[in-house]
Amino acid sequence: MAAVETNEGAVHVAEEGGVRRRDFLNIAAVSAAGVGGAALLYPLINQMNASADVLALAQIDVDISAIHAGQAIKTIWRKQPIFIRNLTPAEQAAANAVDVTTLRDPQTLAERTKDGHRNWLITLGVCTHLGCVPLGAAEGEARGEYGGYFCPCHGSSYDTAARIRKGPAPRNLEVPEYEFTTATTVRIG
Amino acid sequence: MSFPWAEEYKPKHPLMRWLDDRLPLPRLAYGALGGGYPVPRNLNYMWNFGVLAGLALVLQLATGIVLAMHYNSNADTAFNSVEHIMRDVNQGWFLRYAHANGASFFFIVTYLHIFRGLYYGSYKAPREMVWMLGLVIFLLMMATAFMGYVLPWGQMSFWAAKVITGLFGAIPVVGEPIQHWLLGGFAPDQPTLTRFFSLHYLLPFVIAGVIILHIWAIHIPGSGNPTGVDVKTPQDTVPFHPYYTAKDGWFAGLWMILLAILVFYLPNYLGHPVNYVPANPLSTPSHIVPEWYFWPFYAILRAFTSDFILPAKLWGVLAMFSSILLLFFLPWLDKSPVRSGAYRPMFRIFFVVLIIDVLVLGWLGGLPAEEPYVMLSQVATAYYFAHFLIILPILSMVERTKPLPYSISESVLHGEAAEAAPADLTGASPAQV
Repeated sequence: MAAVETNEGAVHVAEEGGVRRRDFLNIAAVSAAGVGGAALLYPLINQMNASADVLALAQIDVDISAIHAGQAIKTIWRKQPIFIRNLTPAEQAAANAVDVTTLRDPQTLAERTKDGHRNWLITLGVCTHLGCVPLGAAEGEARGEYGGYFCPCHGSSYDTAARIRKGPAPRNLEVPEYEFTTATTVRIG
Repeated sequence: MSFPWAEEYKPKHPLMRWLDDRLPLPRLAYGALGGGYPVPRNLNYMWNFGVLAGLALVLQLATGIVLAMHYNSNADTAFNSVEHIMRDVNQGWFLRYAHANGASFFFIVTYLHIFRGLYYGSYKAPREMVWMLGLVIFLLMMATAFMGYVLPWGQMSFWAAKVITGLFGAIPVVGEPIQHWLLGGFAPDQPTLTRFFSLHYLLPFVIAGVIILHIWAIHIPGSGNPTGVDVKTPQDTVPFHPYYTAKDGWFAGLWMILLAILVFYLPNYLGHPVNYVPANPLSTPSHIVPEWYFWPFYAILRAFTSDFILPAKLWGVLAMFSSILLLFFLPWLDKSPVRSGAYRPMFRIFFVVLIIDVLVLGWLGGLPAEEPYVMLSQVATAYYFAHFLIILPILSMVERTKPLPYSISESVLHGEAAEAAPADLTGASPAQV
């Protein structure tokens, strides 16, 4: 009997233009289907993010004992080039002599290196303009007019602290997360 | 589309009117699966499986396309790339289990859809093309499922490829060249894997195309119904939307729960553990069987054990292919003018026997090829063919069918009159709806 009463009540409300029980069921059903569909979309989209094996390679240890002052090496981290450069005292002095406020992306050399390892400049070898690999890490490559790195694609010049000084690049070469695990080993990532 | 009283698409929003004048795509959808498609009002739950099969195809496409982003169709790395999907790819385990069990789900609903058609005479005039297109879809599904099963390049994958292509080797004279052509070599290897991957990706889209033809063809006479009586008046039908979209939606939700139970709790229940062993061309697993949905056909294949004019191997292959191909002739084998099995008392009995026969074949197909199973397969295979080639033609001549209702409405209202009778004075009110 209760069911009959509820039904009559629903009919009564509908006549007044209110919400019927069927409207509620309709909205509830469509909402549940919508939530279910959205939940199904999550794995379909998330599967394109870096997988566990890619993330497992996201950290590397580099032995830097063989890099003499004035030399640099290129290594690969997360499938991208990394420049590790042993700055000479003259290069450090040149970087420190620049008035930071005049820079496009103001940063001091100290902010871009680690305490006690001021001579080690570790940056991504990816130009912040459109992603080319700048020259200057290998022996004999052009280092641009500021003595750091020079990107041959669109002519961005970086100084000895790998800060952008001239050309279209908006930011300094990115300094990745890293730490010195020993005096001659650095862990990047 | 199907009946003169079908609701015409009348867009209210000016933007939709603008679109309708230029690209009447919403009009097409409205007429095909919307309010513009009048459907018999008396459909039972057996009529939900077509939509479910379509949903299963969509799920297979969605999960398959993303799996292809991680799968590697190289014979040296294919197996490991599947393990990579299982272990490393974000939610890769879910996508692969959903795809593998989704195939089983697709076959379950398709078999129910086919048996619905067999019982209610859905293959009879004027729906012969709908039936035959459906069989084409079924054949394409089997090819797709087989090639997909080869891709993980485990032991079962490898030996399935070898055995199934070996079927073509049974054909006289040209058999062996055809087998080598299919494999791209003398045994399954890199060329086989690469072409199977290519075709496994292609065929589902071909299936989608044939489904469009299948739906197009059913819209000409309109959907059948459990009485098998033709639609006569607007009172016999209700619009597909919202009536059957709602019913299909609720039923799809129910079946998604079943699929979810398989995917999340029994993901390997329908698979074979030996397929988690990498393919080894030098060692055949002791007991090789196809996936469950091929078991009845596998039993028919193995039922032929002795040469009779033709070699036994060829008989098995011919029988297996004939078991499906003969269904193309079903509209002309069963000439009974009554469509629905509900009005055919003798047919009903034989239909139940056929279901049991196919289930028995399925059971035998999963067992090793030993006695007494071989002998049982021979009996069951003989009955399968007898049902279609002997029993149905005879039944259509001798059976006394029950009187058909005058119309769908009459049959529906008759049922309501019985329900509305004051059967129990103390019970709930009968006049509730």
